[in-house]
Amino acid sequence: MGYFLLRRTVGFLATVLTITMVVFAVMNILPGDPALTILGIDASEQALAALRAQLGLNDPVLVRYAAWIGDALTGDFGTSHSYRVPVSELVLERMPLTLSLAIGGMVATVLLALVLGIGAAANHRKSGDWGVMFLSQIGIAVPSFWAAMLLVLLFAVHLQWLPPGGFPGWSDPVAAVRALILPVAALTIVQAAVLARVTRSSALEVMRLDYVRTARAMGYPRQRILWRHVLPNALVPIVTIVGLQFASLITGTIVIENVFYLPGLGRLVFQAIANRDLPLVQALVTLFAVIVVTVNFLVDVIYVMIDPRLKARA
Amino acid sequence: MNRHLTPNLILGAILVALVVGVAGLSLIWTPHDHALMNIRERFGAPSDVHWLGTDQLGRDIVSQLMVAARNSMTVALIAVLMGGSIGVALGLLASALGGWFEDLIMRVADIGFAFPALLFAIMLSAVFGPSLWVAVLAIAFINIPVFARVTRGAANVIWTRDYVAAARAAGQGRFAISRDHILPNVAAPVIVQATIEFAIAILAEAALSYLGLGAQPPSPSWGRMLSEAQTLMFMAPQLAIYPGLCIMAAVLGFSLLGDALRDLTDPRLTRSRQA
Repeated sequence: MGYFLLRRTVGFLATVLTITMVVFAVMNILPGDPALTILGIDASEQALAALRAQLGLNDPVLVRYAAWIGDALTGDFGTSHSYRVPVSELVLERMPLTLSLAIGGMVATVLLALVLGIGAAANHRKSGDWGVMFLSQIGIAVPSFWAAMLLVLLFAVHLQWLPPGGFPGWSDPVAAVRALILPVAALTIVQAAVLARVTRSSALEVMRLDYVRTARAMGYPRQRILWRHVLPNALVPIVTIVGLQFASLITGTIVIENVFYLPGLGRLVFQAIANRDLPLVQALVTLFAVIVVTVNFLVDVIYVMIDPRLKARA
Repeated sequence: MNRHLTPNLILGAILVALVVGVAGLSLIWTPHDHALMNIRERFGAPSDVHWLGTDQLGRDIVSQLMVAARNSMTVALIAVLMGGSIGVALGLLASALGGWFEDLIMRVADIGFAFPALLFAIMLSAVFGPSLWVAVLAIAFINIPVFARVTRGAANVIWTRDYVAAARAAGQGRFAISRDHILPNVAAPVIVQATIEFAIAILAEAALSYLGLGAQPPSPSWGRMLSEAQTLMFMAPQLAIYPGLCIMAAVLGFSLLGDALRDLTDPRLTRSRQA
């Protein structure tokens, strides 16, 4: 177990380092002049040269990379061109909203998918099963931003139960939660569709095993067998997919924040693109990618904890 | 009825034929010029002339949807072909050479999975400015590790076969074997994967163009039609419906077809069906 953790941690750190290299390479080595991008094609040669010097673009690439990483390790991600404040300040300010969306979306996804998936497996080859499978097939094909728009049409435009977008801030918790209901629902619809299928097939496989038949023969109540005996053993593939889904959920928050005009990290990155704010884009893309691999790393560790067979091998 | 003709296969094939057919048809014919504006006829209701009505600038919606289908298919096709060929080549190479090279390729592929297409498109847009090519490159990029992994997995199985051992004994080199024996035998899983990736590419293209990182005006795309419709949702909610239905039909078609093809070609499933 100790050896496994050590090896996995080293791998994780190497991955994070590689991500920073990839992001830095794409944003700094690819043809394209950041000074020209910022000032536009009408800028004079002197202005361009001055800005290049100010941005440190005349230093060798490796020196710039080392400086960026060194600063990042001390919490300094550079200064945003457009906001003229440290990037870390902007990120910390917007982080709570994005994390609430992502965590809310993940919790809702897991709950909905477990209920639908286990329910479908319990009603295998009956109408409930077909219904869940049909809905999930549709859910997978629906773009999250379109689902979001349909939710807005129904609940904000027609019924007027919930706000169509915007965020009132955390000072009014009730209004804040109301503003997040539709965004979380839009994220959940698509993700739960994928996870419900995995849950169903994993549960079906476990339900074929002898110990489930024995439990049934001993007269245990159906619900107890499903939730106490089938679910724990069906969890391993489910946890794997949840980890992988976190990547699409993070991407999902970027899209959904733009649909609902929520001032989180996803909206910030688009404002950064519009303002040609390269340090901000670079920091945010790195942050998103690092969140994804961190979650995958944690899932790998949890995976070993819930499956004793893997623990023995590790 | 042939037992291979599952409902998934039939529905998937019909939807794919429909979307691809409409996209192809738009090359030679659309009911109207898709870009022709007519402010007096804006927000027109469906009629004999404009089957689904007109948008905020009086443009014909059916014509726009048709051209958008073509754009969406083109982006998905180029992206999957680009990412697929690089990925398949890397997968074959990894499997043929083995050792540290294989480990390296697979580790890099793992890292590739940490970058969703959207993150890549965001980086490229920040450097080059948003364009259709940013969308194509971003989607192509995320396809490389997917195909590398599938190809290498399938190729490693083929390398253990007797006929490959025979070819090696006959003095054929690793690259020649990869080309003559491995590639034809990994084609089935690669094609299945390509069909599924095509569905994912359509979704990704829609999201990117919705966010303004894909096709730029005046070239129509389903995603951008939706983002334009969003600002008019209180006035003309119908505009927010049709492009979404098109995306759904296209994605559903390719993913059903991909699932059905996988069931047909996966020997494990075939065996359990016979049992």
